[in-house]
Amino acid sequence: MDIKQNYFEFLGLPKSYQLDKQALSERTRELQKTLHPDKFAHLADHERRLSVQYTAYLNEAVATLKSPLNRAQYLLSLRGEDTYSESSVQLDPMFLMQQMELREAVEDMTDADDPDTAVEEMYAEVTEQKQKFQSEFQTLYDQADYPAAAMTVRKMQFIDKLERDIEALEDKLYD
Amino acid sequence: MALLQIAEPGQTPEPHQRKLAVGIDLGTTNSLVAAVRNGETATLPDHDGQHLLPSVVRYTDAEPEVGAGALAQAAKDPFNTIVSVKRLMGRGAEDLKALGGQAVYRFAPADGGMPYIETVAGRKSPVQVSADILSSLKVRAEDTLAGELEGAVITVPAYFDDAQRQATKDAAQIAGIKVLRLLNEPTAAAVAYGLDEGAEGVIAVYDLGGGTFDISILRLNKGVFEVLSTGGDSALGGDDFDLALAEWFKDQLQLTDIDARLSRELTGRARWAKEQLSTQASVEVGFDLSGGGSSLTVTRELFDSLVDNLIKKTLSACRRALKDAQVELDEVSEVVLVGGSTRVLAVRERVEAYFKRAPHVNIDPDRVVAIGAAVQADLLAGNKPDSEMLLLDVLPLSLGLETMGGLTEKVIHRNTPIPVAKAQDFTTYQDGQNGMVIHVVQGERELVDDCRSLARFTLRGIPPMAAGAAKIRVSFQVDADGLLSVSAKELSSGVVSEIQVKPSYGLADNEIADMLKASYSNAEEDMHARSLREQQVEADRILISLEQAIEADGDVLLSAEELQHLQEQMALLLQLRNGTNYKLIEKGVKELAKASDFFAARRMDLSIKEALKGQSVDDIEGDV
Repeated sequence: MDIKQNYFEFLGLPKSYQLDKQALSERTRELQKTLHPDKFAHLADHERRLSVQYTAYLNEAVATLKSPLNRAQYLLSLRGEDTYSESSVQLDPMFLMQQMELREAVEDMTDADDPDTAVEEMYAEVTEQKQKFQSEFQTLYDQADYPAAAMTVRKMQFIDKLERDIEALEDKLYD
Repeated sequence: MALLQIAEPGQTPEPHQRKLAVGIDLGTTNSLVAAVRNGETATLPDHDGQHLLPSVVRYTDAEPEVGAGALAQAAKDPFNTIVSVKRLMGRGAEDLKALGGQAVYRFAPADGGMPYIETVAGRKSPVQVSADILSSLKVRAEDTLAGELEGAVITVPAYFDDAQRQATKDAAQIAGIKVLRLLNEPTAAAVAYGLDEGAEGVIAVYDLGGGTFDISILRLNKGVFEVLSTGGDSALGGDDFDLALAEWFKDQLQLTDIDARLSRELTGRARWAKEQLSTQASVEVGFDLSGGGSSLTVTRELFDSLVDNLIKKTLSACRRALKDAQVELDEVSEVVLVGGSTRVLAVRERVEAYFKRAPHVNIDPDRVVAIGAAVQADLLAGNKPDSEMLLLDVLPLSLGLETMGGLTEKVIHRNTPIPVAKAQDFTTYQDGQNGMVIHVVQGERELVDDCRSLARFTLRGIPPMAAGAAKIRVSFQVDADGLLSVSAKELSSGVVSEIQVKPSYGLADNEIADMLKASYSNAEEDMHARSLREQQVEADRILISLEQAIEADGDVLLSAEELQHLQEQMALLLQLRNGTNYKLIEKGVKELAKASDFFAARRMDLSIKEALKGQSVDDIEGDV
C-alpha cells in the first residue's frame, strides 16, 4: 500500500496528542462514505481493491488515534522514537515497586471478602494512573522531549497491561 | 475528446440504464430472491407464483432438480436428495459427526478436507449443492427481470466464520453470480425495515425458522451496524411446534401403531392447524383413519400451552444473547421478527411481553431478509449514487495464528470494523530454521484446538540465522465481506509467501474451475463462451469507469501526456474486447488496471480532500 499521509494528515486532524473526538468521528464518517468498498462495488476490480486498502488504512488510523496509548506511541514513531519493540531502558524503581504492589493487589482480588468493591477500587486506581501519565505525556510531547515522553509511554504500557489483567480476572469472577 | 462506444452489436448504449441486482436469502430450509423494481422492493415468484424455493436439490441422471419438486421426492430418494445443505457449508468431514443423525447421506471418504456426498450424478460438495440452488434463483431473476444480472447481495448468518463465508462466495461464483456483498442476515432484516435511517439504538432480531432459531443483538450507530452477539438453537424451529401438536393428536385419537406415512399425515395436519390458528381462535381438524373418520377441535389456548416450553427456550436464548452483548433489556429500542414461525401469534405475544415493546411485523417474515438484501444490492449496483446509507460490518470472530504450545495469538479481534489490515511480527525458535508454518485460526478461545482452523501454509527460504533473529511479518487483510487473505514476509531477506486464505474445508481454485466446466454439457465451448462474456464484462466495467473518471477529473489530475497514454491503452483494450480471445482480454484488463492505478489513487486522494473540505480546515496545523 502506498498511502503517504500519516494518520493525522489522512483524517485532516492536527498532529498533536490533544484529540478533538467530535472532529475525529465526523471526519471518519465522511471518509467512510467516500472510501468504503460498497461505493465501488459496481466499478472495476482494481478500484475496489484500492478502496479496501484505503478503508483498512482509515479503520487502522481511527483505532490508533482513539486509544490514548496507541496515539502516544504513534506520535512518537512519527518523531523517530520506537516504543513498539522491547526496550532495555530501566524504568524508575519507584514506579516498578508500585506496579508490583498493584499487581499483587490484583492477584488478591479473587480472595477478597467483597470482590466487587475490590475490582471497582482497582479500576479507580488504574483510571487515576492513566490520567496522570496521559497528562505527563502531553506535557513532555509538547516540550518536544521525546525520549522522556517515550519513558512515559513505557509506563502507560504497564498500566494498560494491568487493566487487561483486571478485566481477565473480572471475567473469571463472573463466570 | 472522443468518447468510446461500448455496446453490444445492435444495442444502443444507455449509460444511465438501471443495473439489475438482486438480494438472495440462501436459507437452510427455503431460499428467496428479491429485487427493487420501480421503487418497490419485492421477492420474485417462480412460474407457479411461489416465492419460497425449498433449499433442496435432487440429483438424477439428467439435470439436478431444485425446489418443491425435489422436496416431494426427498422421502423416496433420500440419498440423492440433499436438504439443509447450509449446515454443511464450510464444514470439515469431522464436523459431520457433530450433526449427529441428521446427515443420512453417503459421504465419500475424505481425509479431513471437505465432505463430498455420493449421488447418482457423482460426488457433490456442499458448495456445488448451494450453487445449484443459487443457479435456480438466478434463472428465476433473469427471466422475471428480463436481463442479465449485474450482481447479487447474498445473506449469511451473522455467526458464519471465514470458511462458511468463503464457501458461500464460491457457490455464487460457480453459479455465475457476481457477489456485490455478503450481508449478515439480521442486518438485512433491519435494513428492510429502514432501521438504518434511525439514529442510534440496540436492535434485537428474533429469527425463528422451520428448523433453526437465531437471536442477534445489533447496535446501530450512525449507519454502522455492529453485531454485538448472536445466539440461538440450531435444532429448534416451527417444525417442533408441528411435532408437539401431532403428539397431542396421537394421544387424543389413541393411536398406538404409527407408521411413517401416518406420522407424516399427522404432522401435516398439525402444520395446517398451526397456520389456521394465526388468524382464527380455534380450528376443526379432520382425520381420515382406517377405523373411520374423526375430528378434533384445537383452540389457540390449547396450542399455546403445547408450544409454551418451546417458546420459553427461545426467550432464554434471548436472555443469554443480551448478557453476552452486555446490553440491558430496556436498552433494546427495536425488535424485528424474521422467519415463517414468527407468524404464530403466541410467539409474537411472548416476544413482545419479553422485550416490552411491539416487534416490527409489517413485512412478511419469510421475505424480510431477502428484501433487505435487495435494497442493499440496488445501492451497490450503483443505482442510487446519492444515497447516504452505508452498512459497516465488524469481524464476527477473532482471527489469529498458532504460536508455540498450541496457543492462539489474536491478530485481529472480533468486532473490529472491516475492512481491516493488520500485521504482526514473529520470530524463529531454532538456530538455522529455514521455514515457518503459518497456521491461521478463527475463534475466541486460547487453545488452537478449540478454534476453527482456517488455513496452513509454509514460509520457506528463510536464510540461516540464530533463533530469534529472523523477523517474520504476517499480514492479515479482511475485506468488506469478512474474507481474509494472509501474507508472510521475512523482513531481512524479503522472502515472501502469500495466500488468499482458502479455508481447509474449502475448494481450491482449480476445483472451482473444474466444477464450472462440469456444469456445462458442451464443456469446452460453453466454458469458452462464458469466459469470453465474463472478460468482456470486466473490460466494459473498467473502460466505462475510466471514461467517467476522465470526464470528471481528467483535466485536473492528468497531464496531457498521461491522458493521451491512458486513452491509447483504452483503445487497445477496446480492440481486444471486441475480439474473441478471452485470455488476451483478461491480460488487457490487467494492463489497463496497472496503467491507470496512479489515476485511481489520485482520484481517491482528491475525494478525501473533498470529503474533508468545509470541515473547519483551518485548524489543520502544519508540522511544527
